[in-house]
Amino acid sequence: MDWGALQTILGGVNKHSTSIGKIWLTVLFIFRIMILVVAAETVWGDEQDDFVCNTLQPGCKNVCYDHFFPISHIRLWALQLIFVSTPALLVAMHVAYRRHEKKRQFRKGDQKCEFKDIEEIRRQRFRIEGALWWTYTSSIFCRLAFEAVFMYAFYFMYDGFRMPRLMKCDAWPCPNVVDCFVSRPTEKTVFTIFMIAVSSICILLNVAELCYLLTKFFLRRSKRAGNQKHHPNHENKEETKQNEMNELISDSCQNPVIGFTS
Amino acid sequence: MSWGFLRDLLSGVNKYSTGIGRIWVAVVFIFRLLVYVVAAENIWKYEHDEFECNIKQPGCENVCFDHFFPVSHIRLWALQLIMVSTPSLLVVFHVAYRENREKHHKRRLYRSPGDIDGGLLCTYLTSLILKTGLEIVFLVLFYKLYNGFKVPRVVKCDISPCPNTVDCFISKPTEKMIFLYFLVATSCLCIVLNLSELSYLVFKHSIKCYLKRYIKRCQ
Repeated sequence: MDWGALQTILGGVNKHSTSIGKIWLTVLFIFRIMILVVAAETVWGDEQDDFVCNTLQPGCKNVCYDHFFPISHIRLWALQLIFVSTPALLVAMHVAYRRHEKKRQFRKGDQKCEFKDIEEIRRQRFRIEGALWWTYTSSIFCRLAFEAVFMYAFYFMYDGFRMPRLMKCDAWPCPNVVDCFVSRPTEKTVFTIFMIAVSSICILLNVAELCYLLTKFFLRRSKRAGNQKHHPNHENKEETKQNEMNELISDSCQNPVIGFTS
Repeated sequence: MSWGFLRDLLSGVNKYSTGIGRIWVAVVFIFRLLVYVVAAENIWKYEHDEFECNIKQPGCENVCFDHFFPVSHIRLWALQLIMVSTPSLLVVFHVAYRENREKHHKRRLYRSPGDIDGGLLCTYLTSLILKTGLEIVFLVLFYKLYNGFKVPRVVKCDISPCPNTVDCFISKPTEKMIFLYFLVATSCLCIVLNLSELSYLVFKHSIKCYLKRYIKRCQ
């Protein structure tokens, strides 16, 4: 269980994304997750071992490290990536729910079902409209919110995105103001700025995708309004609901044990 | 043998779960298992090496560490993940038993072996109750063992062979505390999901039974 598992889960979402969504997923996988695993984790790997304070007082180093790094950059990034990837699962769940409904219709032998077999249902790509549009748009909003929150948390916790070489610490049990030296500060600054830049690109991609979806929605709406003027087609929603209720009652009446003589 | 085994297990369980059950599996995978593997494990990796006491007396550090951390947070977390995922196996076993029975009798005995009704419903409800119970047990265990979910920076230790009361410093206490709170939050979320699923199933089947009886009475 590791980032590969998340990649497998998200890979399935790719099929039902817009083009911008697919670019976002690629950027996420290559420029964030892969960089985190292949490079960043090694840079921060020895962070506490090589954090050195100019004192022999036992405990001073631990306390100073904890004071300056309440939560390590690498863990914050890992959490950010997990939270930012999760809204895409809402879309995956919605698609799975729709597929499940279509399979149920197919098994009942519904005439309305236009698929020839279960495999076709499994392979079908759903268009982003109706309820799926709302789920997709909400997932983009959530992603944007999480990205913004984490970037702010980063900025707030570390007073900017620069990693200083030297930190002055006077937390107990340090006997006086002690100089503490961070390991690989320049490399860490470079990677921090890189990750922030890629986060910003992802935010821009999400905003672009949101604008695209909204534009598509309004265009479709105006097209439908135009069509309805020429071809009025009234759907009796009450009748559909009553039919569903009747189906539910007839389902519950059926004997669950179906046996037939050999 | 690693966490991949648990992941495959839970994927198998997913097939026979309700919608809420699938959300539970997703929460366990992503917010508990994945966070454990990619983030939490590394925080506690060198906890013993980085545990430092203000004394040169040999053995004092070891004894103090053992006194304050009888079972490390990270090991308790791993145990919790395993225990909480295991009751779902009851459902998998029951479905496999049903399928075996159909094969043995060479005829269709159930509408679908994976349908949650009859005996499988009882098994499913039992697994939900067990999962919730185990979550609560582990949360209480965490609370009792470590006097809450706080991780202090300094602990005072006076166990032999430490010659007097000695200051011992825990490494990364703030980071550990943040992740412990995360663990508690996800545990509580899973408890809420389990209880919702339990209520939903009980409610759904009560309505079904009531409707069945009502229709029989009408006939």
